[in-house]
Amino acid sequence: MSASSTPGNPSLTGGAGATFAGSIHEWVTTVDHKRLGLLYIGSGLLFFLIGGVEAALMRAQLAMPGNELLEPQEFNRLFTMHGTTMVFLVGMPIITGFGNYLIPLMIGARDMAFPRLNAWGFWMFLFGGLVLYMSYFASMGLYGAGTAPDVGWFAYAPLSGRAFSRGNATDYWVLGIMISGFGSISGAVNMIATTITMRCRGMTMGRLPLFVWMMLVVSFLILLALPVLTAAQVMLLFDRFLGAHFFDTQAGGDAVLWQHFFWFFGHPEVYILMIPGFAYASEIIPVFSRKVIFGYSFMVAATIAIGLVAVGVWAHHMFTVGMGRGLNIWFAVITMVVGIPTGIKLFNWIATMYGGKIQMKTPMLFCIGFLGQFLVAGLSGILLSGAPLNWQLSDSYFVVAHFHFVLIGGLLFTIFAALYYWFPKVTGLMLSEKLGRWHFWLFFVGFHVTFTTMHVQGILGMPRRIYTYPGDRGWAIWNFISSAGVVFQMAGVLCFLAAVVLAFKRPRRAGPDPWNAWTLEWSTSSPPPAYNFLTLPEVRSRRPLWDLKHPHDPDWEHE
Amino acid sequence: MTAAQALPMEGSSWNRGRVGMACLIFGESTFFSIFVVAYLFYLGKSLSGPQPQDVLEFPLVATVCLLSSSLTVVWGVRALAAGRRWQAGLGLALTVGLGASFIGATALEWSRLIFQQGLAIDTNLFGTTFYSLVGFHAAHVILGLMMLSGIGVGVAAGKVTAQHAERVEIVSWYWHFVDAVWLVVLTTVYVVGV
Amino acid sequence: MLGAAGLAAAETAVRTPAFFEPVAEPAGMILDYGSLLVATCLGIFIVVMGLLIFTIIRFRASSADDGLEPPQVYGSDQLELAWTIVPVLLVVVLGLVTAGRIVAIQRDTAPEGSLSVRVVGHQWWWELEYPGYGFTTANELHLPVDRTAFLELESQDVIHSFWLPQLSGKTDLIPNRRNVLWIEPKETGMVVGQCAEYCGTQHAHMLLRVFVHEPDEFERWAQEQQRQARTAPGVEEGRALFARTACVNCHTVRGVSEIGRFGPDLTHLMSRTTLAAGAATNDRANLVDWITDPNHIKPGARMPAMKLSEREIGLVAGYLASLD
Ligand code: HEA
Ligand code: HEA
Ligand code: HEC
Ligand code: CUA
Ligand SMILES: [Cu+2]
Repeated sequence: MSASSTPGNPSLTGGAGATFAGSIHEWVTTVDHKRLGLLYIGSGLLFFLIGGVEAALMRAQLAMPGNELLEPQEFNRLFTMHGTTMVFLVGMPIITGFGNYLIPLMIGARDMAFPRLNAWGFWMFLFGGLVLYMSYFASMGLYGAGTAPDVGWFAYAPLSGRAFSRGNATDYWVLGIMISGFGSISGAVNMIATTITMRCRGMTMGRLPLFVWMMLVVSFLILLALPVLTAAQVMLLFDRFLGAHFFDTQAGGDAVLWQHFFWFFGHPEVYILMIPGFAYASEIIPVFSRKVIFGYSFMVAATIAIGLVAVGVWAHHMFTVGMGRGLNIWFAVITMVVGIPTGIKLFNWIATMYGGKIQMKTPMLFCIGFLGQFLVAGLSGILLSGAPLNWQLSDSYFVVAHFHFVLIGGLLFTIFAALYYWFPKVTGLMLSEKLGRWHFWLFFVGFHVTFTTMHVQGILGMPRRIYTYPGDRGWAIWNFISSAGVVFQMAGVLCFLAAVVLAFKRPRRAGPDPWNAWTLEWSTSSPPPAYNFLTLPEVRSRRPLWDLKHPHDPDWEHE
Repeated sequence: MTAAQALPMEGSSWNRGRVGMACLIFGESTFFSIFVVAYLFYLGKSLSGPQPQDVLEFPLVATVCLLSSSLTVVWGVRALAAGRRWQAGLGLALTVGLGASFIGATALEWSRLIFQQGLAIDTNLFGTTFYSLVGFHAAHVILGLMMLSGIGVGVAAGKVTAQHAERVEIVSWYWHFVDAVWLVVLTTVYVVGV
Repeated sequence: MLGAAGLAAAETAVRTPAFFEPVAEPAGMILDYGSLLVATCLGIFIVVMGLLIFTIIRFRASSADDGLEPPQVYGSDQLELAWTIVPVLLVVVLGLVTAGRIVAIQRDTAPEGSLSVRVVGHQWWWELEYPGYGFTTANELHLPVDRTAFLELESQDVIHSFWLPQLSGKTDLIPNRRNVLWIEPKETGMVVGQCAEYCGTQHAHMLLRVFVHEPDEFERWAQEQQRQARTAPGVEEGRALFARTACVNCHTVRGVSEIGRFGPDLTHLMSRTTLAAGAATNDRANLVDWITDPNHIKPGARMPAMKLSEREIGLVAGYLASLD
């Protein structure tokens, strides 16, 4: 089954004798879960740079009132492409990539359940991403009304319909996202099948690492949410190409129906993005606190609870469309309910650190940043969920601040943590602690300068998605500060890139278990061989390596 | 995959094929639900043109064909597992035949609606939601037919034998799913909707 | 850019549209509610952040570490229960307060004696109709103080959102639907707001001004608006030109032509302080600029450049400038 032809370590640097063309061929045809994982993460990071440059351009335009750096249409395309890229081409592939790489290793399996489907999923994702970006070159459409889509990342009807979005740009948006969605769906099927059927001896569901549990919940959410988006997008395509009327308000179609469909996908989607972040934190925080995770079963239960509740809250994105009182109350209250299981998680992480010996290594720094920032982000979410207050804050920069706090302060910080944490496993090389610290502090400062201030713009009444604003509204100074922060963020990201380059230039070997960790992936060599484990492991507790390292006080006596 | 790799968990009969198919069916169900919701949401909201009760006729023949094909496929799969090649081939052939008749009936219905009643996808909201929902179901029937025909040919050629019975059974799940979706579509469009 | 410079020069000073400085209901009620919510969340923030910081500082591994693992604590049902129950209680309280506020603020029917206004969103300007008075204006809403205004919100094309932070929360204008909103201004003066739902190219320049007047002042304004367009002396040529060109296909000037519905009503153009939904100050230079090429002031605007000669533009602008 394992079709990877490299015996032993599939070294990233290319083994001696491997030709360039040969190694390209190997990567393109690979069905190895580790290589596919890396392809996912790598292309996600590339898209992150593109999305980041788009963001930087927007911030440059907004730095001053009445700025004329960008045309309105250019700006509208930028936020559409930025949002779409970051959600679908950065968040989704990176979480799928980590799941791919780590789930088999963590449950003691030699590959995913469907290796070829896995490869298909990756190439679909990449193809979808390329389709989206092709729009910049290919979609001139009617009288040049083309180039990249400009309908916003949620493409509200009827603006996205044929009557108001001429040309083909919106079709590129639909098709690109739909195709990359097939990749995500197949990835989810794969992760579920792998987790359910491929666990090694003794790896009962109750002993799964939290990472695997959380990815399982995420996979179910993907299966539940993404087909909804696909269905809605198919309807939009029918409208645009076949003259159907799903969202055609001139023929009695309903603009709000699209919103229901989109957010029925969209809200689970944000948890699809965030729960993997929780998953990384749940592996990293215990190791660097030198303590077992506090309240394992409550963490699992809370994750499932979040997954269940997440399905019923979607219309909190729609408090301003004029729903009835009853619906407004339901969606406000049920949204607040999500805070309860989320709080349980936060408290369990803190309790894990409490009484431990916290080692401030780079992955842990990012996790701590995540804890604080996610707290703020969650609470600003609670503010938004209070419908009357939402009537003021919705579609303002307060919302932009909220979701960058979750998506960057929460997700991206944990992704960085995960990159520093698992990099030694993947490459066998350590990343520089020093550059890691620079990365953390620069990004941390930049992040807060940019996004903490954005709450203020929102409270001062600045709507989102405006390419310019008058100078007399009192927003100018805050926008300037927001824009200035991007410079620090960029510097931080450059430190990360430098650290990666340096790791290969001046290799420091990591050994199989540099962090003295406890889950199965650290029991095999770094990088793991193509077949992962020489002999498939057998486990008796949630921390098999702890049991090995502490034979006198093994975990199973406490669970 | 070697036996050592696929250590079955204690007491679980779920292998990766079954789980994978179950997941696929789960995902497809959400996909269809959205079209059902859209259909129900737009019931009676068309601004013009034919309404469901004016033009729809209960598709009795098609329904009988499709539902009975669920039985023939079970029969065929059982026969395959028991190594009765001819019975298996017959079961699959019958299934494909019944499924094809369903598609034929749908084709007739559509041509009547389009050419006699003047109802197309761009006519009104009813046309929009009707053709999308019924059409997606029909597309899935066709997909199922292609898989079953492939297997049928394999059985006839002696390439698919008792040892593949489990995989064929998993494919048959998909066929049952397509059947179940038809029951939902039938209720939505031809019972509730008229 | 032009818009910004122009607005700064406007006679009426613009106040930052901050919702914590309400001048009307329901903005005031929302602020009260919001303060409660913010206070609660701030409390949670302080407690949890305090805990987090304490933990980090207190349990940071010392450099003189003995290398032994700390005691492993696997969990505690009591603690889990505690940090489930407390948030549950918080959510119950917040939920009840929220429900109460929603019921108090949301109204479906116009209260007795309210002023009714119909607001229609267009790409990218506001049509404002006063059915009780029988006239239509654009982009600048005038309201009497201390009297409830009941707004019906509709859209001609895509979704827009009506937002004046100091008066009330936002409500969307959705094609095929009718939303409502009530405002009871408590202070006179001008407040600004703008479209808050992305509606295409010029979403950024779909600005809105509201002038709140004393009741008698408002009545005077309304009577002025009810008048047919003035036929001022000296602009006959401009008027004839205006009526002859395509302008009237899109613009109504009551008394001249009333077929145009696609663009703003120009009957009393000069009673407005801004042009093109706040994109520029309403003065002669900008008017000429606008008629010459709307794209210059508002790129993407739905009004074409009419390709008139410089002289004709001057005449038309002169005529429009007489429409006070
Ligand atoms: C990773 C993604 C992510 C996550 C995890 C969340 C989490 C939450 N979000 Fe957010 N959200 C987005 C991504 C995310 N969101 C995005 C992208 C948008 C905008 C989309 C767009 O318009 O473009 C958005 C928009 C958005 C809106 C709509 C705003 C608008 O447009 O009008 C709302 C409103 O209710 C909301 C609420 C919440 C809430 C209540 C949570 C909760 O899950 C938070 C729960 C966490 C806590 C509450 C903190 C910890 C808990 C405790 C310490 C316990 C005690 C607390 C209490 C009892 C309250 N979000
Ligand atoms: C994971 C999700 C994610 C991430 C990480 C980000 C990251 C950033 N976002 Fe984004 N954002 C969204 C998701 C995300 N965003 C979404 C969903 C929207 C809504 C879109 C919509 O309204 O439709 C949005 C909208 C949005 C807006 C609002 C636009 C508007 O409403 O008008 C703004 C404005 O400031 C913004 C800014 C930023 C900035 C400054 C960053 C920074 O953190 C980026 C930092 C990164 C870099 C600066 C890249 C580093 C680059 C280099 C180091 C250079 C190297 C380059 C090469 C080699 C080519 N974002
Ligand atoms: C195709 C339709 C169309 C035609 C023809 C047209 N306009 Fe307009 N006009 C509009 C629209 C739409 C707007 C609103 C633009 C905006 O604010 O985005 C507008 C706005 C204006 C405004 C600003 C109104 C305000 O309240 O701010 C003036 C003045 C104006 N037009 C004058 C003219 C004149 C003079 C002509 C003829 C020479 C003309 N228009 C022809 C569609 C048209
Ligand atoms: Cu109208 Cu935005
Ligand atoms: Cu949400």
